Amino acid sequence: MNPLTLLAAIGRLVLGGLAALGRLTIFAAQVVSHLFRPPFYLREFGHALAQVGWFSLPVVGMTAVFTGGALALQIYSGGQRFSAEAVVPQIVAIGMVRELGPVLVGLMIAARVTSSIAAEIATMKVTEQIDALVTLSTDPMKYLVTPRVLAGALTVPLLVAVGDVIGILGGFLVSTETLGFNRATYVQRTVDFLEAPDVLSSLVKGAVFGAIATLIGCYYGMRSGRGAQGVGSATKGAVAAASILILAANFVLTSVMFGS
Amino acid sequence: MIELQGVHKAFGSNRVLRGVDLSIASGTSMVIIGGSGTGKSVLLKCILGLVQPDSGTIRLDGEDVTKADRDAFLARFGMLFQGGALFDSMRVWENVAFRLLRGPRKRPKAEAREVAIEKLRRVGLGPQVADLFPAELSGGMQKRVGLARAIAAEPEIIFFDEPTTGLDPIMAGVINDLIREIVVEMGVTAMTITHDMSSVRAIADQVAMLHDGLIRWTGPVSEIDATPDPYVQQFIHGRAEGPIAALR
Repeated sequence: MNPLTLLAAIGRLVLGGLAALGRLTIFAAQVVSHLFRPPFYLREFGHALAQVGWFSLPVVGMTAVFTGGALALQIYSGGQRFSAEAVVPQIVAIGMVRELGPVLVGLMIAARVTSSIAAEIATMKVTEQIDALVTLSTDPMKYLVTPRVLAGALTVPLLVAVGDVIGILGGFLVSTETLGFNRATYVQRTVDFLEAPDVLSSLVKGAVFGAIATLIGCYYGMRSGRGAQGVGSATKGAVAAASILILAANFVLTSVMFGS
Repeated sequence: MIELQGVHKAFGSNRVLRGVDLSIASGTSMVIIGGSGTGKSVLLKCILGLVQPDSGTIRLDGEDVTKADRDAFLARFGMLFQGGALFDSMRVWENVAFRLLRGPRKRPKAEAREVAIEKLRRVGLGPQVADLFPAELSGGMQKRVGLARAIAAEPEIIFFDEPTTGLDPIMAGVINDLIREIVVEMGVTAMTITHDMSSVRAIADQVAMLHDGLIRWTGPVSEIDATPDPYVQQFIHGRAEGPIAALR
């Protein structure tokens, strides 16, 4: 292949990526600006709280309990190699709270909520419901996007907190029922080991991941192409982009909060 | 009065509107005809600001629509979309009363519901429809609900985008009659885009033909059959042969 052709292809890719990043940044800035300007659609916000938060509880709970249980087994098994089985409560707690809780909840929200938002808004666009909103003097950014993103940023930290507790509970059940740990000792070690910054980092990550998941869902939905294929592409692209951005944001946040 | 002067719009290399000039007098019903893909919907969306024209001016009562207060401008319009564009997640009455449940025209919920039921009655639907969801309605009923929503806030101007597309001839006739009645009764300015000639004859005071991005012919509906314009003649008689290419 001609090196210039390769260079041009790379250039196009980089420019396309930067342009997409610019569009997403402008979109996010518009959402932030709408947070502070009336009218506020409280009914839509309440609906978004339920959709993002309440109805995600089962999937978050199931994910967390199995992950916590598996984590306990892995730490016990790995710890045996250097006689460190006793640290299971501490490692399960810190692993769930600092890392697995926020990341897994973020990814579950990307799968459940981002896809749902992208498909719903894309379908509204394809069927001219977005245009209808405009002709009814209603700004779609304010009516559809802002309530969802705000709901994501506020409810996902709560989901993460619930996921953390259930994950630790999963580890507790496996450890006490199959690995022979004493219940009181397990709880005492978990409580003693966790510190406020661990919990705070978990909640901050939850807020950022919630905002990313909902923002990306709305962004892809609003930019959807025509027809069923457009809705499908928007949904697929939204889930992939949200998952990658959540993992990237997790790395950045972990570096900032615990890097030193 | 709605006035368009030299309106251009292109999507990439596809020049859809190539300098549209058109005037619609207040209180008249203008129907824009033209083949599929000739830019009728784009023209309508340019007036509403849903699509930004590349150049040209659009004035409403002498005021440039791009400089007008957006909310006040849109408050003067009602629109019936081709597919109805009803909000799936809301009940029929909430769709109809959408404007009355939020924004500057907000009314108490019970009052908004009463207005919605009255507008539904106006388009021939009973109160039992009010609590259904749009997915539970037939295509014709969805169009009627869309029409009720378009007139709910008593607009001065109503746009109808392909109002009879997808309907059987009887239901299309019912919708055409309803549109005509409502336009006369409310004294609104109406702009309809269609390629259904029965709609043209039932709804129009004036007709304009859009072809190749330009207004090819305009005149009273009573003169459309007598015009010698070969484009209009080919279109209204549905001939495959003529100056308009059958394959576009």
